[in-house]
Parts: sequence; C-alpha cells; structure tokens
Amino acid sequence: MRIVVCIKQVPDTSEVKINPETGALVREGVPSIINPFDMHAIEAALSIKEQLGSSAACSVCVLTMGPPQAESALREAVSFGVDEAVLVSGREFAGGDTLATSRALSAAISKIGADIIICGKQAIDGDTAQVGPEVAEFLDIPHISYVKKISGISGAVIRAERMMDDGHDVVEAELPCLITVVRELNTPRLPSLKGKMAAKKIEIKKLGLADLGISEEEAGFKGSPTQVKKIFTPSARTGRRMAEGSIEEQVDAIIKELMERKCL
Amino acid sequence: MPVKVSKEKCTGCGFCVTTCPFDAISIKEEKADISEYCQMCSACLTACEAGALSTGEGEPSEKNPFAGYKDIWVFAERKQTGPQSSEVAPVAYELLGAGRRLADARGSELCAVLFGGSDEEARELLKWGADKVFHAANPAFDAFNDEPYARLLSSLALKHKPEVILAGATAIGRSFFPRVAARLRTGLTADCTSLEIDAESEQKNLIQTRPAYGGNIMASILAPRHRPQMATVRPRVMKRADYNPEREKTGRIIPVETDGESLKSRTKVIECVRSTDDAQKVNLHEADIIVSGGRGLKGREGFQMLHELAGLIGGAVGSSRAAVDEGWIPYCHQVGQTGKTVCPKLYIACGISGAVQHLVGMQSSDTIIAINKNPEAPIFNVASLGVVGDIFEIIPLLVKKIKERRGA
Repeated sequence: MRIVVCIKQVPDTSEVKINPETGALVREGVPSIINPFDMHAIEAALSIKEQLGSSAACSVCVLTMGPPQAESALREAVSFGVDEAVLVSGREFAGGDTLATSRALSAAISKIGADIIICGKQAIDGDTAQVGPEVAEFLDIPHISYVKKISGISGAVIRAERMMDDGHDVVEAELPCLITVVRELNTPRLPSLKGKMAAKKIEIKKLGLADLGISEEEAGFKGSPTQVKKIFTPSARTGRRMAEGSIEEQVDAIIKELMERKCL
Repeated sequence: MPVKVSKEKCTGCGFCVTTCPFDAISIKEEKADISEYCQMCSACLTACEAGALSTGEGEPSEKNPFAGYKDIWVFAERKQTGPQSSEVAPVAYELLGAGRRLADARGSELCAVLFGGSDEEARELLKWGADKVFHAANPAFDAFNDEPYARLLSSLALKHKPEVILAGATAIGRSFFPRVAARLRTGLTADCTSLEIDAESEQKNLIQTRPAYGGNIMASILAPRHRPQMATVRPRVMKRADYNPEREKTGRIIPVETDGESLKSRTKVIECVRSTDDAQKVNLHEADIIVSGGRGLKGREGFQMLHELAGLIGGAVGSSRAAVDEGWIPYCHQVGQTGKTVCPKLYIACGISGAVQHLVGMQSSDTIIAINKNPEAPIFNVASLGVVGDIFEIIPLLVKKIKERRGA
C-alpha cells in the first residue's frame, strides 16, 4: 500500500492585514504554515498505515509543489512520521491556477505511484477545493470529497463517509482513489522526537518540468486558463448610521432599528 | 479549429489515439483523423514521434476562435431530502437568476441541465427563467455520483458548446464540477459572489468575482482564452429571476439519452443520511434573524448572552471563524467563507471585527447591526447601524430593555 499526501505551504491567512491606505495585502511578517486541512490529511495517512500494521507493507509519501522554501513544510510533515517527501519545483510552475497545478501534481503522483491519495478539502489561501477532484480526473481515478470518516479499507476498496450540505453519504470507491478530508476526520498528532530527527536528515526528492514530462505551455501561468484581472477590497455599504451618545441612547437606537425592521 | 494532421508525416501508429482525453482521434485509412470533439488541449502533440500533429499556430487563424460557442448553462442541482426522496435544490433557481441576467446581456439563450428528477421539475425550471432544459430523466441519476455526473455534463458541453457553465458552490457542485473542468481542460472559478459580462472585451468575457487570499480581498477572474467559462456560485448570494408560468409555453425540454455505459462508476453510494433531528440542526440558512459573535465575546460565557438575546427576538446564533477556532462554539454555527453564507433580514454582529472572509458570508443581509469596541473595525463598513461600545455593557442592557417592553 502506498499513500501520497498532497500538501500546500500557505500564509497563515488569519494573520493577514490590509494596508488601509493602499488596500494592498501586507505580506511581511505573515508566517508560513502547512495548510490546516492538510494536517488532517497527513494524520489520516499515518493512521491508515498504523491500522494496516505489519500485515501490509505501507509507506506514506508527502508531496508539494512550490518554491524551494516549501521544503520546510515537507520536513515538518516528516516530523509527524511520514516516510518520504517529494518537492515539485521550478520557476515554470509559478502562477499556476488549479488546472495547471493539478496537471503537475497528477504527473508527479504517476511517477511516485499511489494506491490512495489524500488531500485537505481546500487550502486556506485559495479556498477553491478544486485541486483534489481535478487531480483525480487527470489520473482517471475515482475520488471522494469532504471525507469525515474512513470506515475501512479492504482489498481494493475504500469505504468512507462524505459530508454533504445537510447530512452525509456513505460511499465506497475502488482503489486507486483520491480523497479530500475535513477537520472532523481526526485530530492531528504532534511531532515525535524520532520524527524530528528524521526531518533533519531526510533527503527530499525534487522533480522539475522535464521529470514530469510536461511542456512549458502546460505549466504555471502559461498553462492556466484563468487569470486574475484585478484585486480590490470590498466596498462599504451606503447609508450607514452610527449610534451616538450614552450607552442608554445607543441601546435605544438598536431597539428603534429592531422595531423598524419588525423584529420586536 | 482542431489539431492539424500532416498526412505526409503521419505513420498511422495510433499512439495519439490513446492520449486524447476527448476520444477525438481515430485512425482512418492508416492516418490520424481528428474529429470536432478536439479541444486543442495539445495532449497528442507530445505523443506524436513523427511530428505530424500541430496546432496550426503561425498559420492565419480564424477571426474568432470561439465561434460556435454560445448560450449560458446552469447546472440545476438536486438534493437528497431522504433515503428515497430528492428535489431541485434552491441554489438552482438562484443560478437561473444569475444566468438570466448574463444571457440577456449576451443576447443568448439560458439553458438548465437537469440530471434525474421529473418532467414537472424540468417545467419548473422553464418558469424560473430557462429557455431550454436538457433533461436526463433516467432515475439512476437521481442520486449524486461524481463520475457519471462529470462524464455526462462534459459530453453535453462538448456537443453543444456553451460559452458559460455555472453550478452551485455546494458539496455536490464543488465535488464534481472540478472534474468537468479538468476533462474540458478549461478554467474554473470557485465560490463566485458576482458575475458579469465584460462588454468592453471583444470576446465578451465573463468577469467572475470571488473572495481570495483567505477572504481578505476580492479578485476578478477571467478565462479569456478558454471556453466554456466555468464557475461555481455561492448559495444565497444571487437573486432569483421572476417566476413566470407563461414561460412554459415557449420553453423547450430536450431529453438527454443515457445508457448503461454513461452510468459506469468506480464509486458507489451505499447510503444517504440526512439530518432530521431539528435540535441537531443549526438552521442559519433559513433564519430571518441571526445574532452572531466573534473574538470580542472572550469565551463560551459570552455566547450564552447571545443565546439569550437570540431567544428573545426569535433568531439563530452564528459566529465568526475566530470563535470556532477558539472552541467557544461548534463549527456548524460558523458564518463566512469556510462556514455558511447567510442573508437574513437582520444580522447582529457582536464583537466581530469583520475580516473579509466573514463579510462575504453575511454582507448581503438586509440589515446589519454591528457592535464593536474598535471604531476602525471593518465590520462597520458593511453595517446599516454601527454601535461603538462594549458588548458586555450593551447586550445585557438591550436584553433588559426588551424584557421590560415585553413586560409592559
């Protein structure tokens, strides 16, 4: 059994600030983290490996695409107990949208080989939730989205519960299969001492454009159908009033508003 | 314009046939033959060792590469309401509203695509604004399954060439729509909050606006070199079109044939469990009033205060992501980009600073009352009534005054 976990190094968006004068993002000093949903993907892979035990030889490989500094995210993953780490890197990959990213990741996964591919449900910087299903389509394998419980893996079949908007479905899929996971699935472990040692020593395998057999036109910005046209901060609502005066007066203003809206 | 084959160079090896994701290549008279299903994805180009295939670049190209692409499509999602029952999801009618405006701006037709479901449901879609409904009435399509859904929608899109395809940014739409985009090798923009046609561009591109970078900013996105242009749209953001029963007479329902092959799937849905326990449900979507709290509440106790206020005015309790991350309230209460999108009549934001990622989930509420200590808090930018003050003073006094009024 071979499990590949796709992770992304992201800026901690809860720490992002906006420059009120320019409306631009302030990126300085924003820490980089492993996308929180991917932490649950790593945990899922490690617990599958433990459950299978020695009965089936099982290895977990963590894969990311990004600039050279994304290596630190891979090393952190290794500290939790992941066996191998692969970095897809090169300037040709820069600026890729979900289609170009999925094309590159799926090519890398074909090279690594996988029975189960696990992704976080979405990355907190892009929030698209598209790369998982798109990778599955490029690989021509089934996928299960929003997995909150893995009920079992037997033979060549995985059974899981996927979250829907108002409940859940129990789904079975043939392996190889890709799943995307949600927070409810598990609680990520802390790094072990042994893992930290391994993280320092591990040799990270690097793959570039030529290794993946992708042309320059298919990668990064050139291989991306979507383009960002402009970026802006949302506009203020018109007709806003502020409740002035003492607390009494402010509360009375709220009550007046509630009555006008027929909420009292 | 499909990929070109040089008859001199082609050896008829057939290697390109297997690489084509669209089954657009066949061998005829010992030479590769490209059908109209070619999407110019160029996958075959690298496979051809003889160098017989080209995109025809450098040769005089046609004026409009997108000639033949027309119409706005919306995927009319159906949702499971019980183990054996399902219906058209509300988001489908919202998509028809958004789609109608785009089709009118573009001077094209609006088509709905319905998988499973009844003839009556298809007619309803006409009344809600569709000019045509592509209806795959096979009951096997009633229950959602990624692979058959993705395969059928892509094959319809290849055949009829819509300019735009929209789906709801729901669990279903966000799961299978990316597969469709990957099959069609086109772009997909997730979670759009606004869609419009760029009247200035020659190609009349679709401007797709969505929150980005954790919801701290908004981004407008285009796919100028690809068709169809695909987007998922957040539920409860778009306004429905006008309901007009007369439209049934002029609209057309086009049956879509499906066979055993189209149902093939490597995933099997064993069971659909839908929550029926009302106590378990936090019905933020349907609430008219939502009282929501953020980091300013300082703890679980703060939320008890909100529960009391919500109880008094018949509202539901929501929260920002910060409060959920702190563990003060369960995730099902979360409003915002990674939580629920709501548009109640009244939204009361208590101690919420208003990161854009929260704002995108609630800014279309009819009335917003914001209470926050910090007069610079961005939540005040979207508020109808802003109150700068300490929530621990204001809410208890508000509760007291409401009770007094009730008592009087």
